[in-house]
Amino acid sequence: MDEPIIEVDGLVKTFHGGVRALDGLSVAVPPGVIYGLLGPNGAGKTTLIRVLATLLPFEAGTARVAGVDVGHDPAAVRARIGLAGQYAAVDDYLTGWENVEMVGLLYGLARREARRRTTEVLDRIGLVEAAGRPVKTYSGGMRRRVDLAASLVGRPAVLFLDEPTTGVDPASRRELWELIRDLVDAGTTVLLTTQYLDEADRLADRIAVIDHGRLVSEGAGDQLKDQVGGAVVELSVPDTDRARTMAALANIGADPHGSDSGAVVVPAPLGARSLHRVLRDLEAAGVEPERIGLRKPTLDEVFLTLTGHATGTPVSSGKAA
Amino acid sequence: MGAAAAAGCPVVHPPGLRRTARDIAVMTRRNLRHTVRLPGVLLLSSIMPVVFILMFTYVFGGAVAQALPPAAAGRYVNWLVPGLLAQFALFAGAGTAAGLADDLAKGSIDRFRSLPMARVAVLAGRTLSDLCRSALTLTLISLVGFAIGFRWQTDLLGLLAGIGVALVFGYAWSWVMATVGLLVRTAEAVQAAVYIVVFPLGFTSAVFVPAQTMPSWLQPFAMHQPVTVTANAVRGLILGPGALPAGQTVAGQVGLSLLWATAITAVCVPLAVRAYRRTVT
Repeated sequence: MDEPIIEVDGLVKTFHGGVRALDGLSVAVPPGVIYGLLGPNGAGKTTLIRVLATLLPFEAGTARVAGVDVGHDPAAVRARIGLAGQYAAVDDYLTGWENVEMVGLLYGLARREARRRTTEVLDRIGLVEAAGRPVKTYSGGMRRRVDLAASLVGRPAVLFLDEPTTGVDPASRRELWELIRDLVDAGTTVLLTTQYLDEADRLADRIAVIDHGRLVSEGAGDQLKDQVGGAVVELSVPDTDRARTMAALANIGADPHGSDSGAVVVPAPLGARSLHRVLRDLEAAGVEPERIGLRKPTLDEVFLTLTGHATGTPVSSGKAA
Repeated sequence: MGAAAAAGCPVVHPPGLRRTARDIAVMTRRNLRHTVRLPGVLLLSSIMPVVFILMFTYVFGGAVAQALPPAAAGRYVNWLVPGLLAQFALFAGAGTAAGLADDLAKGSIDRFRSLPMARVAVLAGRTLSDLCRSALTLTLISLVGFAIGFRWQTDLLGLLAGIGVALVFGYAWSWVMATVGLLVRTAEAVQAAVYIVVFPLGFTSAVFVPAQTMPSWLQPFAMHQPVTVTANAVRGLILGPGALPAGQTVAGQVGLSLLWATAITAVCVPLAVRAYRRTVT
């Protein structure tokens, strides 16, 4: 594997009031990938991004971005990164073009170069026609795209995206995913945070699961799924049979938490043999499933197994998001 | 964007004085664009000085006229306009604090802090664009004043110099408010801070009435505080030395006002930059 482009080792960040947003976190991101930080609210994802983007000081540990020590030379880090925060930080009363050009100039680009790249990046992002209109006339998805364009105009080696699709409609979300994918093809390393499991699953090459400021698990999406035991049996039964089904499968760890209301999920460590066992037990109980199948667990299920609580549950009420 | 995308350092100009000046210019232009494209705000912020000048001239003018020195030529508006120039130069700082609080709330400051730009540029750009707005406001005050009877007793150069002194003092003060804006952070708190600091400072000065008419315990403060010094300097430049309290010279008051401005800037620029660097949202 290449030398990591982001290297975080034993990072500690405590907020006023003693909330440990980062509690000895270590992560290594290889260059040229989309790296997803997955975790519930308050897990420390945004705090990590803010530390790496030189916006927050930290107490202990080390962090290197694109070969530069964040603690020692934050100014050099800033020249190598792009940041698109949780809320699109674009100026409502400037046009899309003016927003991006301004950021280009603030990256230190010569005026002509800033203009050239602004046009280029807006073209890439599909905002050429709207570029002359004030941003306040844009939709939520367009605002995100301008924000993304602004974070790209300096051609950063590392791009930080904090919840890039929060509050965006599903169609724009897919567009943003495609755009982010394209960026990595162009050589940029992307570190993004997300609470959406499908987003991490679809977008990220590697995923770090973070909880309480610590690394819970790390790997490619498939590797994470394997950690949970490889496969699950998912079945659905008529509501009237649900109680009987749960009783019949209780001794092999049936869990009614499955995403659909009528679904039951059963761990299947033995794959097809587990499926066979489930069918046999159901038959003995006199239940006929409407649908049954063997599949890989979703990241939701991975998360539950790894952290012991579901993703939607906030774990601490600190300011660390 | 080819392979160069990952090549790293995009900085073309080495950081330095030239780069800093350019970053400040970029930020100033950005803020001025906001101002011009929000005509409602510009209009509303022009109403207050007009209301002030009309209200004070017609409501208090009659009562205060007796207490005025002869240099005012018997007209309160002659006394009032130079004072208001100083007062509204002071008010410009409220816009500085509010603008920064707004940038903080919208996440713009986060973006700027993550960019390889000069650290002072966000603040200097803000204070400079507010200086431009302030220059417009002071011009408006002079024009409205002129329409209802204000006449300079020296010459046009005196008026322009007076506006200049007021602007210099107002610019220094906007660094105080920049610090306040970064520390209190919300628009509501900024509003409160403006009422708590700026209004008392304005009203316990010689802006509206001569300090000699105030109670004796207040006079020492009212006569020497920086807004009075600036109001006196502006008044001296516009109405002549006769408008000043006994023993004061125009040059002396102008010098003292500029000294205040220098001192305030020297203290508050580092404070504001420090607050900016430490801003954690």
